[in-house]
Amino acid sequence: MKLSYYPGCTLKNHARNFEDSTRFALEQLGAEVEELERWNCCGTVYSLTADDLMRQVAPVRNLIRAKEANASQLMTGCSMCYNTLKRANERVRKNPEDLARLNAFMNEEPTDYAGDVDVVHILEVVKNTIGFETLKKRVKKPLKGLKVASYYGCMLVRPKQIAFDNVENPMALDQMVELLGGTPIDFSHKTVCCGAYQTVDKPDIVAEQTLSILSAARSSGAEAIIVSCPLCAFNLDHRQALTLKKHPEFLTMPVFYFTQLMSIAFGCDESVLRFDLHHIPPKPLLAEKQLL
Amino acid sequence: MTIRLSHDSVSSAFIKKVERISGQDLRACYQCGNCSAGCPMARHMDVLPSQIIRFARLGLEQALLEAKSIWTCVSCLTCNTRCPKGVKVAEVIEAVRQVLLRTRHDHVNLDQIPKETLAEVPPIALIGSMRKFSS
Repeated sequence: MKLSYYPGCTLKNHARNFEDSTRFALEQLGAEVEELERWNCCGTVYSLTADDLMRQVAPVRNLIRAKEANASQLMTGCSMCYNTLKRANERVRKNPEDLARLNAFMNEEPTDYAGDVDVVHILEVVKNTIGFETLKKRVKKPLKGLKVASYYGCMLVRPKQIAFDNVENPMALDQMVELLGGTPIDFSHKTVCCGAYQTVDKPDIVAEQTLSILSAARSSGAEAIIVSCPLCAFNLDHRQALTLKKHPEFLTMPVFYFTQLMSIAFGCDESVLRFDLHHIPPKPLLAEKQLL
Repeated sequence: MTIRLSHDSVSSAFIKKVERISGQDLRACYQCGNCSAGCPMARHMDVLPSQIIRFARLGLEQALLEAKSIWTCVSCLTCNTRCPKGVKVAEVIEAVRQVLLRTRHDHVNLDQIPKETLAEVPPIALIGSMRKFSS
């Protein structure tokens, strides 16, 4: 199975651990990942303005790239890219006039976009296309005794029109943890915003959100938390330094991408996990569970 | 807090502008407060999401353009998914931000962000912040 892949900017640097573990896990699941030959920034955040079509040029241009690669689906892992690309796609599908204007604006593109590429998330592909049954069969090293809270954040599940899981109580990641042999921990903050890009100019807000989210996970029994968004990952992991500074009693917690847990369970080499990019070291916990 | 209303404010061009940019009918809101109750950023706000809708409907332009809340909201869309009337609250807040940004009143300026922050945050944080909080 070939999967046309849009990495987005952050998976090439800060979230290299996300990209490397995604490639390893999907290879183990028998899928061939083909990165688009050319791609551009999707714009990161979907514009909520009704009157500014210009903001849709960047995501739609990537969908043209997918068409040029003869792909009917475009897969991405970053929740923000997923949201931006999928919402732009839905907008042009529903508004033929908008699509015509965008195609006219991008008249230097040899291909017009016709709304015929589906935007999908890696988790959705693993769950629905490859199938969770296959995932279960590939497990070599069950995550025995690892208590994991699944944090879905915002952009994977909202708005409802683009979500592939329940908006208020998504379960796909929890199901994945169970199939990998771990213990999924249900908790109250699985879709509570981490503060997102406030991390740039108001990091204190993010430190407080991190405190609420991780404390909720810990009080429910979690030892680690998994994410699918590189911005959630940065905020929940790296901003723990500021959380700890403001709240000395705070207990830190390692943060993983869900693809890293898949890779560990599939028996990957430690180099795939790129723990050098983490702030809170995940190795002590994994060593304690004999997962290294 | 005393709110003074006048004929001029409740029929101001600001209301129409917010409705046009957001694509929302502000009269649809019946002030149940569900958006404010569920907002994860509400504790960091001065004017709550449901109040933003009400202020916009009443044409309280100055109060909204000076509110910290419009720069606190990160469009997580919890309000939108929970509104029983289908009002897209996040779109209304985006519209108020846009009223300022379209006249070059930037909230975030790269020159004022510490160099260490610029070096440590991932690209999606910077691009997201710039696209939402600057023109």
